[in-house]
Amino acid sequence: MRHDHLITSKQLAREDVELVLDRAAEIDADPAAVAERHAGKLLGLLFFEPSTRTKMSFETAMKRLGGDVVDMGSIESSSVKKGESLADTVRVIEGYADALVLRHPREGAAKMASEYVDVPLLNAGDGAGQHPTQTLLDLYTIRQNAGLEDLTIGVMGDLKYGRTVHSLAYTLTNFDAQQHFISPESLQLPREVIYDLHQEGATVREHDGLEAVLPNLDVLYVTRIQRERFPDESEYRQVAGEYQIDLETLEDAADDLTVMHPLPRVDEISPAVDGTDHAAYFEQAHNGVPVRMALLDLLLGDSP
Amino acid sequence: MSDDHELRVSKIRDGTVIDHIRGGQSLNVLAILGIDGSRGEEVSVGMNVPSDRLARKDIVKVEGHELSQDEVDVLSLIAPDASINIVRDYEVVEKSRVERPDVVEAVLECPNPGCITNADEPVTTTFEVLEDGVRCAYCGTIVREHIASHIQE
Ligand SMILES: [Zn+2]
Repeated sequence: MRHDHLITSKQLAREDVELVLDRAAEIDADPAAVAERHAGKLLGLLFFEPSTRTKMSFETAMKRLGGDVVDMGSIESSSVKKGESLADTVRVIEGYADALVLRHPREGAAKMASEYVDVPLLNAGDGAGQHPTQTLLDLYTIRQNAGLEDLTIGVMGDLKYGRTVHSLAYTLTNFDAQQHFISPESLQLPREVIYDLHQEGATVREHDGLEAVLPNLDVLYVTRIQRERFPDESEYRQVAGEYQIDLETLEDAADDLTVMHPLPRVDEISPAVDGTDHAAYFEQAHNGVPVRMALLDLLLGDSP
Repeated sequence: MSDDHELRVSKIRDGTVIDHIRGGQSLNVLAILGIDGSRGEEVSVGMNVPSDRLARKDIVKVEGHELSQDEVDVLSLIAPDASINIVRDYEVVEKSRVERPDVVEAVLECPNPGCITNADEPVTTTFEVLEDGVRCAYCGTIVREHIASHIQE
């Protein structure tokens, strides 16, 4: 890859995405072939806010490549609590590790941190900013299930605060996908994201309901609508109820529609959908490991 | 005619004349330059003066202060048509149009409270200049209006 760090999905050109996804597919097909590939290498995990799944996924990926992890531990017990700056923390941990994974509550944290280190740094979520490895595993899942050519995708739910949605949308512009955005008015895509998508020449269509577009979709990407976003419970209930997927909803869908969700879900997708051919969300979660293995492999380079 | 209008704002001996500011923007220009008269500097402002190039323009004359490139860069964000005249001993010794830079560094504050540039970290604010605003290089927030109010203290 041309990049030393992975900070935002915006830096991923089509070739970069294809490189990572192809490598992930190779690894997926024959994980034993890379089992010792990065033996002796250490990945530094810096999680300034809890995210057990993302952290475990990176940890598993590194261990399956023969490497190991060093973990900053919880924020409460670390020097961060004593007021150490992020810039200092990353420079210290850089001395121990061959690559770093950073999760931080502030937007732009990964970009800033990357300016202070020479080892590759992967952004595992910076506030409401970016989560590019999620985007790559989403793309991997889409490619497996529906292909990335001539794709028509619907993205539904909380599009305003969903960073995974924003990163995915940017990257899909490289593949000329037709993107439909379905959300309540108060949770529409931020105007800045729309601006960027237009800059990239993408056609953006926004809808407040699923009915009109559902039959045309190859992929339906559902995200969680969080109660915290609404001033009162009744308003939340009303909105959330309209954006739930069950077997009845899917009657109008194409037989090969792929339903995705970054998980955890609450009640956006009825458990009855789990057993259908539409459901790809658990596969999507599992894909985090081969995709992160591929990324780490590309960023760590050849073992000595 | 235009000479006549120019006369409405007194000539300066040494300093900067910023001409062709979009009508009504002169106070923002002064804010950007951090000039509020509190240091005793002599400042003349002409507002909504008729102009050939712009329907109405503002003019700012600051005695004893030559603009730096950084100041001109930021100025360009709110006064893209401005011309800068550096005056020494009543003569214009340098005349230039502002040019919009690609980025402005260490000048603006990010309005996003969650941005890493607003944490206590050693990071220089950097804004990419767009056609119609500026965008934080760290968090991506776009500022289109009242750019002058985001000037760092
Ligand atoms: Zn910012």
